[in-house]
Amino acid sequence: MGLTHKSTGRHLKESTGTPQRKSEDEIIIALAGNPNVGKSTLFNELTGMHQHTGNWSGKTVEYAEGVCRHRGREMRIIDLPGTYSLTPHSAEEAVADEFISSAVPDCVAVVCDATCLERNLILVLQTMRTARAVVVCVNLMDEAKKKGIHIDTELLSDMLGVPVIGISARSRDGISEVLELFAEAKKLKPSSFEFDGRKYTDIAEEVCRECVTREKPKKELRDRRIDKILTGKVTGFPIMFLMLSIIFWITIEGANYPSELLSGFFFYIEEQLLRFMSYIGSPEWLTGLLVLGIWRTLAWVVAVMLPPMAIFFPLFTLLEDLGYLPRVAFNLDRCFKRCDACGKQALTMCMGFGCNAAGVVGCRIIDSKRERLIAMLTNVFVPCNGRFPTIIALISIFFVTVSGVSGSLLSALILSAVIIFGILLTFFASKLLSLTLLRGTPSSFTLELPPYRAPQVGKVIIRSVLDRTLYVLGRAAAVAAPAGLIIWLFANVEVGGLTLLRHCTDFLNPLASIMGLDGVILFAFILALPANEIVLPIILMAYSSSGALIEYSGLAELGTLLRANGWNALTALCVIIFMLCHFPCSTTLITIKKESGSLSWAVFAAILPTIIGILLCIAVTAIARILL
Amino acid sequence: MVKYIHLNELETGCRARVVSVGGAEAIRQRFEDLGIVQGTEILCVMISPLGDPVAYLIRGALIAIRREDSANILAELCSEAQNGTDS
Repeated sequence: MGLTHKSTGRHLKESTGTPQRKSEDEIIIALAGNPNVGKSTLFNELTGMHQHTGNWSGKTVEYAEGVCRHRGREMRIIDLPGTYSLTPHSAEEAVADEFISSAVPDCVAVVCDATCLERNLILVLQTMRTARAVVVCVNLMDEAKKKGIHIDTELLSDMLGVPVIGISARSRDGISEVLELFAEAKKLKPSSFEFDGRKYTDIAEEVCRECVTREKPKKELRDRRIDKILTGKVTGFPIMFLMLSIIFWITIEGANYPSELLSGFFFYIEEQLLRFMSYIGSPEWLTGLLVLGIWRTLAWVVAVMLPPMAIFFPLFTLLEDLGYLPRVAFNLDRCFKRCDACGKQALTMCMGFGCNAAGVVGCRIIDSKRERLIAMLTNVFVPCNGRFPTIIALISIFFVTVSGVSGSLLSALILSAVIIFGILLTFFASKLLSLTLLRGTPSSFTLELPPYRAPQVGKVIIRSVLDRTLYVLGRAAAVAAPAGLIIWLFANVEVGGLTLLRHCTDFLNPLASIMGLDGVILFAFILALPANEIVLPIILMAYSSSGALIEYSGLAELGTLLRANGWNALTALCVIIFMLCHFPCSTTLITIKKESGSLSWAVFAAILPTIIGILLCIAVTAIARILL
Repeated sequence: MVKYIHLNELETGCRARVVSVGGAEAIRQRFEDLGIVQGTEILCVMISPLGDPVAYLIRGALIAIRREDSANILAELCSEAQNGTDS
């Protein structure tokens, strides 16, 4: 789960089908465990960068596979989906159960959370019943120690009759012992544990009584104190709003300078490119097409969009790492229940801030199919990373007149208000769906609130910036460049005395004007289907008479150009509203089709927010025109 | 005197021991996976700002459960002496 490169689209190299044994001496290890026990961390530490993801044949359940080496031996590690039990009641659990009981893995390593070992042992016991051989990795030993929990791993191993290793995957503690054991996986014997018809829960309790000793629960007390504030009756909601605003404020304040730096750099390159083109004697149309069309659009997208993304994304990941997001789900569940939806939708909604496609993939954590569809269809109402930089720009230009710190603070507050409006729309649309197309009662809901963990700041920043930066740059190149080409052509090819662009915008003008927009804006939204990042660049390109995008030199000039083309606060407001609710980008739509298994849901996912957006814009415009 | 209550009636900071788990098969199974079976001790930790769901400490893990689901769990209230030991 989360906004990793896995969930943001870089995992397209997919192998499909259930993992198979390639040869007799191949060592295959399966990693199993409850959700939130650091299974993926262990997997990453074991396999490093040598991993890929795949899907179980015929199911939408993903697994990750990687290779690691120890003492010249190669081992295939298969990371199973996190499960609470092997009694399957979700696709994830069915897959895990099937694979563990099969003859494929030489050994199943069950990863446990040392801070709540008793619950984790239930899965260990279930696995011992069905798997060929079992190894227990008790992870988060460092966390447990801080919490005053001591686990006697030797005694645990004696009692269960399987190898037990205490590890702290995040600091690589105990990893070499794990590797040592894995390398000898073929020699492991099946457990001879006597169940004697006892219940798993009884055995787990008994074993823990012997192996686990607790000191004063210092850290638990600390967690409860934090919880009291973060989920408090009075403080819970204001703090959520504050967190959101602070993150946006840091993003807005911090993005200004790198934005200017980047645009300066791109402008310098552009000059060199122009010089080069005239040097090789390129015809004027080709220079226009390549440099003023493709290059400028590309430069625009990167200069305006990249800095806010590169700041927002790690900040958000830190919050996720800290363990705050499940608390948000805890706070908001009542609202989702009112809409007959699942509280975990709050988590997928949060993921949507990073990327709606990632949010849609994240909906897999919701068990009920009806609730999962609701979450997927409404994910678009939180503005993703590709959209809120545009919203920020428009807010700063049209609604904030003061400059400096108070200006960016005000921008952040307005942006937070916009986001909250989006969340309210999510509730509204969820309820609407529950009452009409996706009728049903809410299913049972249980959510684990993991202990707070100190985030690994350095790692988060490096990983998220690198992952995200590379991803955005790649997408900008893949989408903005051809879009720049098309826009340039539309703006420069004339049919019947008018440019193609003019024909299109004239056609859209009637609808656009009752929505408080103009034809150009609406056309830009349509052209920007592949990536919402390029809405504003397209608008600017269409406005500037030369048919090429103006250079990005600052928000002030941007404002001047927009105002010169008839924009006012109302226009900006309507653009922000439509930015918040219109059809999701093509990547998200494709993801929805893949995840829901039906094209009609994907089409519907485009129609629903667009209709809501159009109606909202019309209403706002009508009210404003009556009042003013 | 033993006092029986439904889990959703358990007040913050109070402990109860599970007597029986009712409800539909799916929810009973889900509870069992979380370690909620006869005899399990449960501490009510906190209530969501909007009153639902409620978070319980169950076998060392903090689990949020909606009230209408926790109403399926019958429990006996632990005596006052055992209450408030670490809250």
